[in-house]
Amino acid sequence: MKFWLPVIAALLGTAGTLAAAGPESTCITCHSMLEGKQADPVKKFESDVHQQVGLDCADCHGGDPTDESMDSMSPAKGFRGTPRKTQVPEFCARCHSDIAYMHRFNPKMRADQLSQYLTSVHGKRLKQGDTKVAACVDCHGVHDILPASDTRSPVHPANIASTCARCHASEEHMRGYNIPTDQVASYEKSVHAEILAQGDTAAPTCATCHGNHGATPPGVSSVANVCGTCHVFFEQLFNKSPHQPAFAAMGLPSCVQCHSNHEIVKPSDDWVGVGQDSVCATCHSEGDKGYTAAQKIAGGIAQLKTRLASAEEILDSAERSGMEVSSAKVELSTAHESLIKARVSVHAFDEAEVKKLTDEGVQTADRTYQAGVAALQERDVRRRGLGISLIAIVLAIGGLYLKIRQIESRPKT
Amino acid sequence: MAGLYRQILAWLDERFGAGSVEEFLRHKTVPIHRHSIWYYFGGMTLFLFVVQVLTGILLLLYYRPTPDDAFESVQYIVTQVPYGWLIRSVHSWSANLLILAVFIHMFSVYFLKAYRKPRELTWITGMLLLFIMLGFGFSGYLLPWNTLAFFATKVGTEMAAAVPLIGTWLLTFLRGGEEVTGATLTRFFGFHVAVLPGLTTLLLALHLLLVQHLGMSVPPSVESAIEEGRQPARSMPFFPNFLLRDMIGWYAALGVLGALAAIFPWELGAKADAFAPAPAGIRPEWYFLFAFQTLKILPAKILFLEGELAGLIGFTLAGIIWVLVPFLDYKAGFGRVTRFFTGLGIFALGYMVVMSALALR
Amino acid sequence: MESPEHTPNDGVQSRRRWISLLLGSGVLASIASFVYPAIRYMIPPPVGESTSRSVVAANVNELKNNSGKIFKFGSKPALLIRTPDGDYRAFTAVCTHLNCTVQYRGDMHQIWCACHNGFYDLAGRTVSGPPPRPLETFQVNVQGEDIVVTRSA
Repeated sequence: MKFWLPVIAALLGTAGTLAAAGPESTCITCHSMLEGKQADPVKKFESDVHQQVGLDCADCHGGDPTDESMDSMSPAKGFRGTPRKTQVPEFCARCHSDIAYMHRFNPKMRADQLSQYLTSVHGKRLKQGDTKVAACVDCHGVHDILPASDTRSPVHPANIASTCARCHASEEHMRGYNIPTDQVASYEKSVHAEILAQGDTAAPTCATCHGNHGATPPGVSSVANVCGTCHVFFEQLFNKSPHQPAFAAMGLPSCVQCHSNHEIVKPSDDWVGVGQDSVCATCHSEGDKGYTAAQKIAGGIAQLKTRLASAEEILDSAERSGMEVSSAKVELSTAHESLIKARVSVHAFDEAEVKKLTDEGVQTADRTYQAGVAALQERDVRRRGLGISLIAIVLAIGGLYLKIRQIESRPKT
Repeated sequence: MAGLYRQILAWLDERFGAGSVEEFLRHKTVPIHRHSIWYYFGGMTLFLFVVQVLTGILLLLYYRPTPDDAFESVQYIVTQVPYGWLIRSVHSWSANLLILAVFIHMFSVYFLKAYRKPRELTWITGMLLLFIMLGFGFSGYLLPWNTLAFFATKVGTEMAAAVPLIGTWLLTFLRGGEEVTGATLTRFFGFHVAVLPGLTTLLLALHLLLVQHLGMSVPPSVESAIEEGRQPARSMPFFPNFLLRDMIGWYAALGVLGALAAIFPWELGAKADAFAPAPAGIRPEWYFLFAFQTLKILPAKILFLEGELAGLIGFTLAGIIWVLVPFLDYKAGFGRVTRFFTGLGIFALGYMVVMSALALR
Repeated sequence: MESPEHTPNDGVQSRRRWISLLLGSGVLASIASFVYPAIRYMIPPPVGESTSRSVVAANVNELKNNSGKIFKFGSKPALLIRTPDGDYRAFTAVCTHLNCTVQYRGDMHQIWCACHNGFYDLAGRTVSGPPPRPLETFQVNVQGEDIVVTRSA
């Protein structure tokens, strides 16, 4: 080793003059000459966000980055070495929980990640010595840490599910914890995953509902609150509905009971009512108030849909016979709004609420239906007008014909 | 009534010799024979053209020739203006009937060899008028600025680029640019309401004057039958006999147009969107189908020529030959029927019909 | 022996008159059925045409500060807003989520969609809720007494 040091020093000299951002640390210089795990961090660190803000190996690991000898890694020089898994959170928190320090780099950045983490299942278990749980580096990576806004980061919203899946979807890894391993697979089938895949980062992923550092599954009584952070109207209606006290009493997770927690798919109108695919019928049976209410609600929506369909049909038929019905079609689209709102109001589980909206929609649909009828009538008026002018034409032709005969029957003079 | 007529005539005669014109027309006769029915089609074409001019002028009162407004103005005419639906549909249907009539007129003249000496100029002006009518059809089709019109124009004008040497220039000239845009619409509108009507006025005046001056042609077979005494030479006065019959035809055409407008109104379609993909199965109007189909089935290369170019050359040559038929079939001028030309005519007609049918499949 | 009052010619004469009458009335009726629509057509309808590009959305005195109005633009609804400062803004009123019609909320100074609680700011950008895209913005100009809204090219 001592043989190579002069060579390294020469390299340092040149590297130093070439480097735009100050002299390269000896850590980098030496470790880049090593192999395997020892050299790994060097390459990775080039893209790390810490490196971008001017930090280097010693800022986390301690030691002396100007010392070319092995002394650079001595405890005397403050070297902290590689932390054990159980020490990782405190290792990162040395800076990340220091508000004054963090705000030198990013005034908006939070500094409570460690305190949050310690409240989580991951944090608690780690404290008990379970090294299989996630700590900072398991999700954020190490040496090539990117900000969460970077699409390549494992904690970018689009990537969170697959990062969590690394452990939570592995049967082998999760053995002994008694929790399912199908959450990510279920989530991937959900409409939330679909929207996220289309690029809308506002769509929920694991961390949205479970939290990121203080990751906790919402308890049964708080599910509605979690869903309600985005689905505001549904939570409001649900909490005023008879289902809220009923579900609470039975210990049922409000929204999840019908919509599932991870595999949240686009609901269909068939879910409402008492039919084969309905969710109401899983609890309600013939004769109870809920059953009747479900029937009425489903009936109202079905009626609105039928009226919308017949209005659409007659307008299409009028259009095909050449009548212009674009303004009626525009009005019909506002009737569709009533259907959308009615579907929301289902969550009040009160047939009167739904009826208000379906009645409004039916009124508009019927109005546009009448417009379609009027258009067809106008078409018939035109055809009658045509008939009249044809009669005039036939008269004229008849007159012409007779005139011709009359002229040509005259004896030639 | 008759007294008033004579008074007006006398007044006009004093000013520009209207009397001699009236005298001439009074003596105009129309031959009566087996093929007389075809005489009606010239007048029918003229009548339908007049319908186009009148309905066209009415449409002009409300139409706006810019891409932002064209479609909306036609929509306005069809929905808000009283009887706008009628005027617009009559204009669109009559355009098709006009083209049909002009083809029937042309083919009947061809097969009855009415183009022979001394009527060569009548034939040439007539053929030019036929091409102009096709131009009317093509330019007018774009004006509603709907999806079909836009893409049909795109495909149609694309052909211009295949012309050797001046192809690109021709394409740019037609389109008012490289693509079909508002500039194309402005240009086509100009062609449709100013340039083509102007040319038509000149050629039509010439065509009609020639017809009046030369009288109605009698087919060679009838001519020889009359000469050989096998058949008497019968005729009827144009005024009022033939004209009254003409009017029956014209009234019938009006009835048909009204019925078509009320029962099969012309579609408005959807506003053209230059960036949308072309709808599947886009094709030009029926009177261009035979050419369209020909170009579709031509192989990519014929000898050393590109297929499209070969097709274009073929059609151009065919057009030129057709216009020059009176000179090629000069023997007809002596009353001799050359079977070749009859055969050529049957081939041309058959080809157009078969190709159009194939394109519609 | 024919009486002087009724000659065979009389029958022919009256027949001729009937035919002329028929012809005349037929021609007249048919001309009327063509001319009448043409004349009606030429008289401009009371509702003038608005182009697809611009429309008069309101009168200058119509909107108070911090209020909004829904108007028809082409075949879709649009929203004209007078901000608390008195400026005019115009947007499409078709929500980018599921096409419900949005409205102006004077209490929140934001545009709101009542279907799923989507909010847009006064620049049309989504602030919260499901709308995935901002609202299309239109140009507003005051021309005399009229507030004219134009679709930008």
